[in-house]
Parts: sequence; structure tokens; C-alpha cells
Amino acid sequence: MVDAIRLRDDDVHEEPAVSLESFLDQSNATAVRIEAGEDARQLLPYLDRLSLIEVSFPVFGDGRGYSSAQILRESGYTGELRASGDVLVDQVSYMRRCGFDAFAPDSPINPKHMEEALNRYEHVYQATSDQHTPIWKLRHG
Amino acid sequence: MYQYDQYDQQMVDTRVEEFRDQVKRRLAGDLTEDQFKPLRLMNGLYLQLHAYMLRVAIPYGTLNGKQMRMLGHIARKYDRDYGHFTTRQNIQYNWIKLEEAPDLLADLASVEMHAIQTSGNCIRNISSDQFAGATADEIADPRPWAELLRQWSSFHPEFSYLPRKFKFAVIASDTDRAAMRLHDIGIQLVHNEAGELGAKFFVGGGMGRTPMIAPEIRGFVPADELISYAEACLRVYNRYGRRDNKYKARIKILVHELGKEEYTRQVEEEFAHMKELGLNPPVEELARITEFFADPAYNKQASDGLDLSDPDFALWVDQNTAAHKQSGYAIATISLKPRGGIPGDASSAQIDLMADLAEQYSFDELRVTHSQNIVLPYVKKSDLYALWQKLDEAGLAPANLDLITDSIACPGLDYCSLANARSIPLAQKISERFADLGRQRELGELKLKISGCINACGHHHAGHIGILGVDRKGTENHQLLLGGSGAEDASLAKITGPGFTEDGVIDAIETVTDLYLEQREDGERFIDTYRRVGMEKFKEAIYG
Repeated sequence: MVDAIRLRDDDVHEEPAVSLESFLDQSNATAVRIEAGEDARQLLPYLDRLSLIEVSFPVFGDGRGYSSAQILRESGYTGELRASGDVLVDQVSYMRRCGFDAFAPDSPINPKHMEEALNRYEHVYQATSDQHTPIWKLRHG
Repeated sequence: MYQYDQYDQQMVDTRVEEFRDQVKRRLAGDLTEDQFKPLRLMNGLYLQLHAYMLRVAIPYGTLNGKQMRMLGHIARKYDRDYGHFTTRQNIQYNWIKLEEAPDLLADLASVEMHAIQTSGNCIRNISSDQFAGATADEIADPRPWAELLRQWSSFHPEFSYLPRKFKFAVIASDTDRAAMRLHDIGIQLVHNEAGELGAKFFVGGGMGRTPMIAPEIRGFVPADELISYAEACLRVYNRYGRRDNKYKARIKILVHELGKEEYTRQVEEEFAHMKELGLNPPVEELARITEFFADPAYNKQASDGLDLSDPDFALWVDQNTAAHKQSGYAIATISLKPRGGIPGDASSAQIDLMADLAEQYSFDELRVTHSQNIVLPYVKKSDLYALWQKLDEAGLAPANLDLITDSIACPGLDYCSLANARSIPLAQKISERFADLGRQRELGELKLKISGCINACGHHHAGHIGILGVDRKGTENHQLLLGGSGAEDASLAKITGPGFTEDGVIDAIETVTDLYLEQREDGERFIDTYRRVGMEKFKEAIYG
């Protein structure tokens, strides 16, 4: 595991993430990790006290984490949202659009390639939680 | 038809450059084949038995002459001078070199075309009714809705790594020419009681190894909630769709296992949340797109009269043209099923000719059909004879639309790395056996569909007569199915019994068609007689 790449300005949250099961059992944890098959909606009552949510990508083709991230952001979560695991440069722009603002890839990502990937597309077709203005809104003001 | 604005063009151009970069990294060894595979698949590039295969998207099967001519150019420049039109209204090229693929995509982008999401576990090209905008039996043109969905689904960040591929079809008529209920999501445009246009949703249909007919899950979704409702359907699928077994990963399995009621309940719950998120384009966006699909400048005085004194022309008119909503015009289907030919294949010269004819006779528009034929949707009846003569000279005038030799066939073992048996030679032999047009017309409407393996790309489940290729102890074997339909009377075909050799299955088809001729009552099609008489009688005739 390499250091997480963070796209936020606040301090790194030091408390290690606990599993969803143990988080739901204890009232004071502020960092949690959800696995690909776990339901992010279970966290919705606790978003105010969470500072870090880590979402696991066991293999890059397992896209459940994208929906988990969207659900958390749509529900108002503002803390760090970290994609962890088989995170490749070719997926980071979609992850960013779904609300991830930190990446903990199993294999290091070349920062230059990452920068290019995140900035390649100027416009987007859909509204998502990232607040990027979709093309239909540009067309109609 | 739809035209890109600067945003659409920029998206497609950016994609070409992104893929150029990915190919460069692959060729330099910076990406492994495993890492590269999902990236090339998102751009329609498959590695097949002999070479790369590229699938180009033809959104809802509509294109103009310039785009069609580009498809011919690509066949000449990058392939072996032909292309293959597919059951999802796309075109495939079978002999593509990886290092040339970025230039090919750049050529496509120059005419507002692309190969985005024509494969991979994402939302695929949106298909539709090939007669859209021209037929009298539709309540609206479904293509603006399909275009709205095309843009929404392109580069969708949440739904590009789904459990499995995902296919939409949109129609607007009670007559289903697009196999709508055999799609992951089928949409039929309908009016509500207030007379507003909206979408009826069918979810969880599909072919493959476990065929299902999609159940209706909502009778009416308003135009300004279409996107958020589709998002809700997809999100429930992305959350629960199986990822442990790719053969159980399609949404049809989820809907079947959860049950229609429970799946619908979860979609409605998600929808209640999502429709408040500002995901839906305003109705002005649908209106903007709809303007592109306005009627062409018909000659309202055009005559319905036709000189049918040439008997071959008369046959073609009777078989291959359909009623038009505008008097004096016809919808003409160009059959890509010549005697002994490969279903859906066209040479670059034929593609060029069809482009010319579209410009000359059909207001510069063509359609690809899910039965692997080409439609000229707006032909003045007084032009039909001249059109037919030019088609006939180029071998493009078989008068066999919807007859037994108008078969659907997958690429099969000649090209495909998944196939168990060849489909193309079988289709060719059947086409020879039943070549006599009088005999074909006597048999009437008969949908024959051939797949080379259980993945069912040749739609054998939906064939009045279906053929499924299997591997039997190392030799190719063909199972016969009867009773399927992909139309508004959708049904799934059933296997008759033990399989056959290639010649044996053709003999068996002859046996069942003979039985049909013997048993049919007035006006019955093959499928009607089969449904009335039942499987047993056909089995007896085949195996008895």
C-alpha cells in the first residue's frame, strides 16, 4: 500500500478505518471502511460524525463502489471519501465524478498520468454529486 | 436526424485522443492486456479468433449518406473491403489492426460517429424501431428519447463497471420491430390520461443462456423524470447484481430472483430520492433534440400510383416495402440476405451505393434493422422502380424480407472466440435449399434465427424457428427450436429434442415447414399454426 493521493486541503485523518460491522457496534469511531458488497446506506444516520470513509475496490471491474460513493455524497457527506484497492489511472476520473477525493491504489499511479486523466474531459453529460455542470445545462442556461 | 453541437463533437474527439494514448501505452508495454482489455472494450474493440474486431455504434440505427460512405471507406482502408451489420443496429469490422484503431476512430469522429461503449459492462448503444419517424402506427418518433438516453449513458461515471453489459431499446408503437422486451430495459412511449407523452418501462429481458421476457415495472414515467427513473433502475442493479458468476450477472437474473414486485419496490424507493437531485434535463432539451427529427420536406402531392407491370419489381414491392405515414411515399427495406450470402454483410461498393441511393431517394437517411438489413425510410413511390433497378444491379434486391431466407445469424465459429459451431455456412445452405421465391412466399412470414452458441447473439430464442449450435464431443451439432418471437407477441422458443448435423437440421426445418403447410388454417403464419397445434405434433414429424 502506498500513501493515499488526496485531492483535499484538510489534514489527513489519523484514525484508522474500522469495518462496517464494528463501526455499527461502537458509537465513537470516525473512520470506516466499506467492502464492495456492503450497503453504504447503513452509514447514512452517522454521516455527521464521520471524517473518513474508505470504499474498497477488490478488482477494478467491480463497480459497486461508484454507487456507494454517489449515495454518500447525495446524502450530504462532506468528509474524505477514499477509493482503496485495485484503483487504476483509467478509472480515477469516473471515481472523482462520483465523489471520491482520495485514492489509495494497490499499485502506485504516476502523478502526471493522474493529472492528465482527471483533466482530459472538459465537459460531462450527466449531473452527479460532483456538481460539475452537465452539457444540457450549458445548452439551456 | 440528430446533429452534434460543439459539446458532442468535443466529447467524441477527446475520446479518440484518450484511446490513442491508451493504445500507445499498451504497445509500449505500460499497460498489461488485463488492464487494457476493459479500456479497449469501452471503445468497441474485441480480440477475436483471428484478429481484432471493432464494433461501431449506429445510435438507434439511424445514419446519413455521408456516415454510410465513411463506413465503406473504413471497410476499404482498415478491413478486407466489407462490413457486417449486427442485430443491435451496429456495424462490425473483423480484421482490424490495433495500431490503426485510433486513426479509424478519428475518421469516424469526423462524421459524428464513434465506437464508445459498444462493448464492455456498461450501457450499450440504444436501439430503436427501424421505421421510426416514417411509420403510420407510431404515436411519436422514439428517437429523440433514445438520443437523450444516448447522451446520458455516454461516459456515465456510476454505471460503466456494471455486473454485465446493459442494453436499452426504445419504441413508440404497439408493433414491436425492435425486440424491445428482450432488452435489459425496454421502453415503449405511451400517452397518459392527460395526453402527455411518457415512457412505459419493461425491465429484465434478455436472450443469452437464460432467456427472459421483460416484465412491465411502471406504466408511465414523465419525460422530465426519464433520466432519474433510469438511474434508479441501474443503481439497484449495480448494488445487487451478481458479480460472482458472469452467467448470472445480467439484470434479468436479478429481477427474476428478487421478483418483479421487490425489484420495483426498490427502484421506486431509490427513484423517490433521486428525482429530487436535479439529474433530469429540462423538457427544453428533449424539445431541442426532437427538432432534429422533424419530418423531411415531403411532396404532399406525390402520387400513390405504381406501375407493377414488371413482375420481379412487383414481388419486391409486395415483400420489401411498408406503409408510410405520408401518402405517396413508402418505406423500403434493402435485404442483405442474397441467395447463399452471409446475413448482414455488405461490401464497401454496396455500402457506397446505399449511401448514394439514400441521398438521391430517401432524404439522405438510412436505418439499420435488428434483422441485419438496411432501410430507406422516405422513398417516393414514383421513385421505387428506379431505386429497385439500381439495387437489383448491385445484388441488393432480394425480395425476401421476413421470409425464411431473411435469417439472422451470429458470426459463429468463423470469427467468434466463444462459438461452438458455425452459423454462417448453415445460413448459406438454408438460403440455397429454400432459394425458390415462390416456395418462400408460400411459407410466408417465418423468422429464422441462428446462434453458434448459448450466448444467443443470433436470437435463436426469439425465432419462429431457431437453431442453436453446440459442441457435441468435439463435433458441431445443431439443436432446433420452435415457437419464439421477438415481436409484440414475444415468446421464447423451445428445443424440439436431440440435435442434428448441419444437413440434418436443414432436413428437419423442411419437415416442420412441410407440416405447417399441411396443418395451417386460413391466414395462419407458421408461428400461429405452431401455437395452435403444439410442439408434440412437430416432434412426431421430426423424430417419429
